[in-house]
Order: sequence, then C-alpha cells, then structure tokens
Amino acid sequence: MPKLNVSHPDINYNEVPKNIRMRPYYIIAPGLLILIGILIPFVTAIFLSLTNYSFRLPHWKLIGLKNWIDTLTDPSFYHALWVTIKYAVFSTGTQMILGTVIALLLRKDTRYSRILKVLFTFPLMVAPAIAVLIWQLMTSNSIGVLEKLLNVFGVFGFPWASSHSTAMFTAVLIDTWVNTPFILLLVLAGLQSLPKSPFEAAEVDGASRWFIFKTLTLPMLKPFLYIALLFRLMASLQEFGIIYALTKGGPGDTLMNISLTGYMTAFQYQRLGSALPYLLVLWTIVNISAKFLVKRQRKLAKQAQGY
Amino acid sequence: MSQQTQLLDSSQNRKTMLILEDFGRNLGLTFYALFALFPLVWMVICSLKADAEMYNTVFVFTPTLDNYKAVLLGTDYFKAFFQNLVVSGGAVLLTVVAGVPAAYALARYDFKKKEDVAFQILSFKFAPEIMVILPVFLIFQKIGLYDTYFGLIWVYQLITMPLLIWVVRGYFEDISVEVEQAAQLDGYRWFDVFFKTLVPLIKPGLVASGLLAFIFAWNSFTFPLVLSGFNIQTITITSLRYIASDTVHYGQVAVAALIAVLPEITARLFIQKHLVRGLSFGAVKG
Repeated sequence: MPKLNVSHPDINYNEVPKNIRMRPYYIIAPGLLILIGILIPFVTAIFLSLTNYSFRLPHWKLIGLKNWIDTLTDPSFYHALWVTIKYAVFSTGTQMILGTVIALLLRKDTRYSRILKVLFTFPLMVAPAIAVLIWQLMTSNSIGVLEKLLNVFGVFGFPWASSHSTAMFTAVLIDTWVNTPFILLLVLAGLQSLPKSPFEAAEVDGASRWFIFKTLTLPMLKPFLYIALLFRLMASLQEFGIIYALTKGGPGDTLMNISLTGYMTAFQYQRLGSALPYLLVLWTIVNISAKFLVKRQRKLAKQAQGY
Repeated sequence: MSQQTQLLDSSQNRKTMLILEDFGRNLGLTFYALFALFPLVWMVICSLKADAEMYNTVFVFTPTLDNYKAVLLGTDYFKAFFQNLVVSGGAVLLTVVAGVPAAYALARYDFKKKEDVAFQILSFKFAPEIMVILPVFLIFQKIGLYDTYFGLIWVYQLITMPLLIWVVRGYFEDISVEVEQAAQLDGYRWFDVFFKTLVPLIKPGLVASGLLAFIFAWNSFTFPLVLSGFNIQTITITSLRYIASDTVHYGQVAVAALIAVLPEITARLFIQKHLVRGLSFGAVKG
C-alpha cells in the first residue's frame, strides 16, 4: 500500500480524500511542466529527421528513412563518431587519473593543502568558452607565455590548436584544466568518508603503502569514482563549447565530433533533417552509457556499505 | 648493542623517508597549482598590459587600465553582462519557485511512478544540448520566443532545474520527519509546516545549490549561441567576438574573460561546504 506522506505512516491510502491524495502531483506539476514543455521538441526531432526540412526551403515533405540511410553511409559520420570517442576517452581518462592523484596528495591535512583545496576549484567555475579564451592568452605564439617557456627548451612555434596533430591535445588540455577539479572534489569527499579502522589494522600488520592503496583505498573509493566517471563521460561525449570556441571543429575536420557535425549540418549547411540522425545517435549512446554506469554505481555503493 | 643501532638506524630512515615524502607531495601539488592557477594569473597580467607591451614583455611592464576602459565603456560588453545576469538570475528564480516544491514532493510523499519521475528529471542533465536545441530553435521562431528573455530563461531550466531538484531533495530527506510531525501537532497547516519549519532548515543548502545553478546558467554556451540574436547577448558569446575580430586586442580579451569569471569565483566562495554535494547532484554528501 503506497504511503501518502511519510509523516503519516499509518494512514490508509484509500480513506484519504482525493484532493489530498493528489497533492504530491499538484506540488510537482509546475516543475515538471516547465521541463516537459521543453521535451516536446524531442519528439519533434524524431519526426523532423524523417523530413527534408531546411531553413532554405519554403516547404518540406516526408522522405522516410533517407536522412538516416544517408547519414549511416556517410564516412564523415564514422569520422565524427571516432573523434567523439577519442575525445571522451582522452579527456575523461586524463582527468580521472590526474584528479585522483592530486586528491591523494591533498589528503594530508596541512595549511598548504587547505588553501589549495579552495583555489583548485576555481577553474571548474570558468565557462568552457571563457576557458578557451584564457588558454588562447597562454598559447598564442605572439603573446603567449607558453611559447616563451618552450623557447627555453628549444621548441619554437608549437602549433597548439592550429595543427592537425596537436589540436586534439590542446582541446583535451583545456578540458582537463576546467574539469579535473570535479574529479578531485569527489575523490576527496570519498577519502574523507573512509572508515579508519581497516587502515589502522593494515598498518599494524605491516602492509605496504601500495598494498593498502590497491586492496583498501581504491575499492572503497570505487562508488565515488563511478559517479565522477558518469558525469565526466556523459559531458565529454557531447562536448561542444570548448571545441566550438577553440577551432569550430577544425583545422579541417580534426575536431568534428558528433555535436559539432550536427550543429554545422543544421546551421552552416542548413540541412536540419540530415543533422538530426547524428544527434539522435549521440543521444542514444549517451543514454545507454548513463544507464549502464548508474546501475554499476548503485551496485558498488551497496557493496561498499557491506550488503 | 647491535640491535639498538639497528633500531636507531631504522627510525632515522623513517624520518628521512617522511621528509622526502613531504617534499615530493608538496612538489607535486605545486606543479598542479601552477597548471591550475597560472592561466588565471596570466589573464590578470594580460588585462593590465598595453597593446605595445604585449609582445615584448613577460612579467615586467607598466600596468595600465586602458583595456578595462575599452571593454567596459567602448563596446556592448556591459550590456551583455547585464543581460546575462537577468537571464541566469531569472532562470534560477523560476527554478527555485517551481523546483523546491517538486523536490519536497519527491522527498516526502510516496506516490505512483515517483522514482520514474525523479529519474526522468535527472536524465535532462544527460540529454545532448545541441539535440534539444535544434527543434526548440524552430518552435521558438514560430511562436516568437526566439531571442527573448523568457525563451532563454525557459530553456535554461534544463540546466538549473534537474540540479536544484535533485540536490534539494536530498536536503529535505536529511530533515527528520519528527520535525514535521511536531509542527503538524502544533496545528500548522502543510504549507505553514513547509515555509516556517522546513525552508529555514534547508536554507544553507538551498542557497548553495541556487548559486551553483546560477554558475551553470551563467556558463551556458550552446543555448545562447543558438537561441539568442541581436536582442539578447550573453557574456560567453560576446567574449568570443574579441578573439574573432581581425586585429586581436589580447588585453581586451583578457579583460572580457576576467569579468566573465569574477561573478562565478565570488559565488563559489559562498558555496564552500555544499559544493561537492551540489556538483554530484546530491549523490555524494561531502
């Protein structure tokens, strides 16, 4: 029998007058309506992907699965898919490792680490587009301080975002600068929540640092790492702001991931109908991985609590 | 005797190890601190350099406020700053008004499909912004919401609402039911219970998640890129124009970035204790 309100645990659901029984729905309705109003376009998106809709054409008509077939047979789709995966793996991977290492270094409570904990979160507050501006001040070959630093090591004119071979590195670097603190904060919170006694026991038994880390710290941190992974992976699979602000997907099509290809197809080439299959595929990938990770995370959290 | 020296030796070793370890740790932290903070410092430095000194000086130069004057007085930057404030602030306000009751309902009531509704709200966070925005663009142009405050504020709900509902739900769940029961016994009606006992209790968490939602809204790039035109300009879009122009005034780029970042860093300092919890949508109670 569903409870109506936790503050009346013993109440019989069917005896409650209808207007009170419906109360939670009333309360939740405004918030939900605002969000669902925005969701209507999603249904529209699926429909429009079956049309030849364009901002240029005055009329549109249903063309069935043509857009989908065109997209799925287009090599640029597989290029975009590959770039998306590469970007997500590189940026999430770097951030996970770097964030965890720095969190472990910050674990010991000193005055230095307490100040750093606050300062380190600043980049996380910076908008991705603004972060790109900040890094352009660093990497510019004419005024950038990094060019002068590299000159000392005998490297001149490092191309950063303007070359095919270093553009991905530059984008991942900026993404890492912004988002590593997120992982850092979650891992720190995880470290704080760890129980003390297993660690003391291991130390008394003379276990090595590495052994303690591998068999105690890491497994107990897993639920936290999974949440961090979930949020970062979902965001980096659909990264748009950093890449758009940095090179608009260039040079050439080096950084054209699915989000950018979809955007460009719709607005640059004015073919909305053919842009949507890209984005619907992206949505599917993101949703499936989110569901998978959420499931794993719940299981791990239960294990960590000792069930 | 020999055993004693061994013991002494090992304690000496231990001490050196500890010193080495401290040194290594601080070295690592300092390296990361340089990576994380120097770009911000460099931005401040660049903002104070005159164009002429930009190319041939690094740290030693005569500071000038010309860039600030150029950005704040000369262009439409100030307008964008103000409009960004209205849109982000409005979005958070709407979210709080509609989202806090929803969070309460999800925390306290038990109704059919509750978890489905909660998960649906969360899933908005994971929907690709570009995909949502394309059809919204078409519809907004048809119904006249394109390039308006209300249109943007509405779309921004996708950023602010899931965050606020999930985080605040956790804060409501933290309050023991007895508090509510006591208030009900005292004869308060349910909305009195809500406003007079619960809201004051969750206030610190609510303020923090509101500020965080504000930061996310302020940072939004995709939505204003597609949905705003000449009327409404946000700071993320306007700032990019400084680098896209033919002759780049790097000093002005620095000022534009600096002013865009300031409100966020200020807001962040007020969040402190609730930051992790907010960022993880309530999953981690830091």
